[in-house]
Amino acid sequence: MARVSLQNLTKTYAGGYLRAVDGLNVDIADGEFLVLVGPSGCGKSTALRMIAGLEDITDGAVWIGDQFVNDVHPKDRDIAMVFQNYALYPHMSVFDNIAFALQISQMPRSEIDARVREAARILELTDYLKRRPGHLSGGQRQRVAMGRAIVRNPSVFLMDEPLSNLDAKLRVQMRAEIHSLQHRLGVTTIYVTHDQTEAMTMGDRVALLKDGVLQQVDRPTDIYNRPANTFVAAFIGSPTMNLYHAAIDGGPTLKLGSSDIRIPQSVFDARPGLSRYKGKPLIAGIRPEDIGDAATAPQRDPSRELTAKVELFEDLGSDTLVHLGVDAQAAEVRSSDSLDEIKSNDAKGRCIARFTAKSEVAIDQTVTVQLDTERLHFFDAETGEAIWT
Amino acid sequence: MKPGPGPEKSAVTPAPQGAAVLPSGRAVPAGRAGTNIRRLENRAAYMFLIPWLAGLFGITIIPVTVSLYLSFTDYNVLSAPTWVGLENYEKLISGDRRYENSLWVTLKFVGYSVPLVLVFSLTVAVVLNRGLAGLAIYRSLFYVPSLIGASVGIGLLWYQVFGERGVFNDLLGLFGFEGRSWVTNPRYALSTVIALNVWTFGASMVIFLAALRQIPDSYYEAASIDGANGWQKFRRITLPLLTPVIFFNMVLLTIQSFQSFTQAFVISRGTGGPVDSTLLYTVYLYQRAFQHLEMGYASAMAWVLLIAIALFTALIFWSAKYWVFYGDK
Repeated sequence: MARVSLQNLTKTYAGGYLRAVDGLNVDIADGEFLVLVGPSGCGKSTALRMIAGLEDITDGAVWIGDQFVNDVHPKDRDIAMVFQNYALYPHMSVFDNIAFALQISQMPRSEIDARVREAARILELTDYLKRRPGHLSGGQRQRVAMGRAIVRNPSVFLMDEPLSNLDAKLRVQMRAEIHSLQHRLGVTTIYVTHDQTEAMTMGDRVALLKDGVLQQVDRPTDIYNRPANTFVAAFIGSPTMNLYHAAIDGGPTLKLGSSDIRIPQSVFDARPGLSRYKGKPLIAGIRPEDIGDAATAPQRDPSRELTAKVELFEDLGSDTLVHLGVDAQAAEVRSSDSLDEIKSNDAKGRCIARFTAKSEVAIDQTVTVQLDTERLHFFDAETGEAIWT
Repeated sequence: MKPGPGPEKSAVTPAPQGAAVLPSGRAVPAGRAGTNIRRLENRAAYMFLIPWLAGLFGITIIPVTVSLYLSFTDYNVLSAPTWVGLENYEKLISGDRRYENSLWVTLKFVGYSVPLVLVFSLTVAVVLNRGLAGLAIYRSLFYVPSLIGASVGIGLLWYQVFGERGVFNDLLGLFGFEGRSWVTNPRYALSTVIALNVWTFGASMVIFLAALRQIPDSYYEAASIDGANGWQKFRRITLPLLTPVIFFNMVLLTIQSFQSFTQAFVISRGTGGPVDSTLLYTVYLYQRAFQHLEMGYASAMAWVLLIAIALFTALIFWSAKYWVFYGDK
């Protein structure tokens, strides 16, 4: 096992014109599971490939354990990598695929056999060792790719979107399997994904990149509850956070369109910097689960309620996602074009709320919603940075 | 000004409901419409196929059938063929030393040419596939010989290059070696013909290049991380994944090499010499047919060649299950 340190890691293309990764600084502790997440083209895979040695480093440093590895050949970095397409050799059996690295290193045959069988046992592949990858299901292929990585006992696992080729159900299953395997083996793991659910459920910490720049690196709960800026707030969480242009007046109330929402003192206590924004424009955010149906609320509180019109609802069984038209101006999160899911919530006055299954809604119905004002988020209107101190 | 023909004056009678209209504008009752349209379409298809069918029958099927008949006859073009049964085939099996020699020369030619072209084309393709600058130019340069290599002109050029006062000997002279006439020396003449054939490796190379492009980079990246060196990557990844293409090229080259004619004919000035050292099967066949006017005998030779090619091809196909890998199997 080893810690990995990325120091000012930079990758530029086209003579420095295009910065794929821009000054990335992250320390990954021994045995930690770090997820690099971000939209397509944010530089996460490039960063991973630089750690693997498959991509030249323009600037900065990569340390694996106590070794400065910038110029070290991939094979000498003591890493194993799982590729998005698994990179399984189609002409080799599962056994040979798993054993490939060991055979190359000319390990004695008996030891190779023992190691491969142990890996196959862990991954429940023992019955498939003689098959070729073409005869395996997607999940089994994924496990073979994992087997190839674990059989070498590397210090670091690098995984580049290893679940993106699987269907949704299998992805959930494999997500849990990889997570539990990593936990058992305790190998430092850097995992790249564009799927924020994977990031949140698997990582000990999540590093979120945008346009090559690190936006935030934190534990999943912290990144969810204390997003560093509007981009992080909008990217993490599904459905995404509702963000609106708003203002705070002396009340202290939040002026959200024509509605006034009273902000409890505890919010100011937690965010001392917020008092500086009284009378100034800012961006207020609230997650769908913090907007409830006032009709089913245990206690009505008109000071944190507003009315909205139901435009659409999605009954998920356990709860209902309700798309509401509200009288407030949605804030646009400036991001790369690929962020469709963020942009989809940019329409003026749209809001998504998560109602409990008890609520009964109909399209075009006017409902009163209650905000959990303790869980409001505030961001600077100019920079998009979260307002805390 | 005359009034133009109005819609009521149209020559086409509107089709009743449920009926089809033929391209001619004639309406056909619904029941018969499908059959008639199909018949018309078939007729059109055959019209388009006529040039190809004429070629197939006129140049291939009829001559091949006639040659099968002629192989059982004695025929010298000037008089009518006389039926001799299996006599031509019996003569081939016993009693024609030059025929026997041509068999060995051809086997040697095929045996050297096919592996050499395969190795050469694959090697050059692998080198070119490494993202060389000016790849398109190199690819074209290497490909051109395969287009012109089998021509008479190139055969003549080759004769000059490997002649006693040829460029090849001039080159050897630069390094202090004394040359000789490669094309008139029985020891080396076949080698020059083989060399000319190998020089036309471009077509196989282009196919290999296309196949190499299909191998995902991630295979090599994974192998790099696993510690494989360049040779190990080639032997354990590239080569097995290319086996379907090697197989394809091998079949193609084997058939082409058995049929090879022009190069040996031009270099040996039609004799197959010196001392029958370049007497390929086809050259000997040509001599018997057009110099000795023994069309029956030559036809029998052609049929034996056809069967030999079929057998060799079948052998390669049979062996494929041991060494050719297909991704989905």
